[in-house]
Amino acid sequence: MTPAAAHSPATITACPDGPLLVRGDVEIMAPGRRVPRTRRTVALCRCGVSMIKPYCDGTHKLVGFTTTPTDPAAPDS
Amino acid sequence: MQLSFPIAPFQARGPLSSQLLTALSLPANDSGSSLGGFIVATAEALARCTDIVNDDDLQLTLFLLYGLHYGGAVESDAAWEWHPTTIVARVAIEQALETSLRASVSQPPVPAPTQDAVARALFTLTIDDQGPSLSRYLARKATEEQVVEFIVHRSIYTLKEADPHSWAIPRLAGRAKAALIEIQADEYGGGRPDRMHSRLFADTMRGLGLDTRYAGYVDQVPALVLCSFNMMSLFGLNRRLRGAIVGHLAAFEMTSAIPSRLYGDGFRRLGFSETITRYFDEHIEADAVHEQIAGRDLAGALAEDDPLTLPDIMFGAAACLAMDGWVADHLLASWQAGRSSLRSPLPEPAGRSLAGSAMAS
Repeated sequence: MTPAAAHSPATITACPDGPLLVRGDVEIMAPGRRVPRTRRTVALCRCGVSMIKPYCDGTHKLVGFTTTPTDPAAPDS
Repeated sequence: MQLSFPIAPFQARGPLSSQLLTALSLPANDSGSSLGGFIVATAEALARCTDIVNDDDLQLTLFLLYGLHYGGAVESDAAWEWHPTTIVARVAIEQALETSLRASVSQPPVPAPTQDAVARALFTLTIDDQGPSLSRYLARKATEEQVVEFIVHRSIYTLKEADPHSWAIPRLAGRAKAALIEIQADEYGGGRPDRMHSRLFADTMRGLGLDTRYAGYVDQVPALVLCSFNMMSLFGLNRRLRGAIVGHLAAFEMTSAIPSRLYGDGFRRLGFSETITRYFDEHIEADAVHEQIAGRDLAGALAEDDPLTLPDIMFGAAACLAMDGWVADHLLASWQAGRSSLRSPLPEPAGRSLAGSAMAS
């Protein structure tokens, strides 16, 4: 990581209907251990069905995961 | 000094590729006389052609012409890369290929030019794509011979993985350029050559007993497989098609993570080790990241900053899905008929006889 990047804050981007994209100098921890991180930008699962948690494997697209609050008055919800 | 170059490790498929292969074994500095009549012959071949994506002679010729820019397809005098005859012929074939693709790929509806609308439209297009499921077949049914054939077809692109889309880097600006570089840096291993995706794919090929030299299996693949690579080069090398190469990459990434798990499952079902499946395992995690960046930060930002590209973003995505579907149709139809999907047998048997050494212990 370049010195400039090291001083800018890490960011977490919430992707609509998708994962959390993490950029920057963050250690991802599981109980008692550090989760291996092999790339600069990682996607964290937030739908719960990924088979490679804590990382995203794209499966949210198959289970209709949505981050948009549904409108109870909408006719098809 | 008389230069001479080794004969290509694959065969011509007609008069155009025959003349070009011969010319590429000779120096380019003699006014290109070894390509005399090539432009007229190309125009005549295009006039006769009724199905360019499946035309062996034209697709191999275009593959060789793009190969002059990539390197590695054949060894030749570097001056051929920008020789006027090779450029004129390339542009003529490109125009015919683009016309054909625009006629056969249905143009998806064009969403509003906002990041969110474009990303949603691309995710919807790719999740709705109900093409033949090559990945499910590989996961559940494919034989060792068939998974080796699958890898042979994929090698035409994947030994150069990411390169066709990298042509777009200087052809984009601002946010879209930054997003493309974020994806491509990861494709190229994030600074670690041993993690380059093309390198991981070569490791898979080696583990299956296959030859990892680029273009080593050109003879074995049909015109359509060469065309799928040529289409990416067409989109990437023409700045006016920058929307199409961006849309292509978005669709490619959005249809990769889930199939990659299934491809890996197929190799594991057949008893292959983690050395063989690492390429696919890597793509589950990587492409779940890339599809988000490609949808919003690349395609979505390009559509906002350069709205005239938006119809081509959607066209490029649809063309990616259509081409993948055609290739999958060919493989599945061949296998369901009990045939090999290759044009000619592998030079030496790979797979079953060599798989023993790659089996999980």
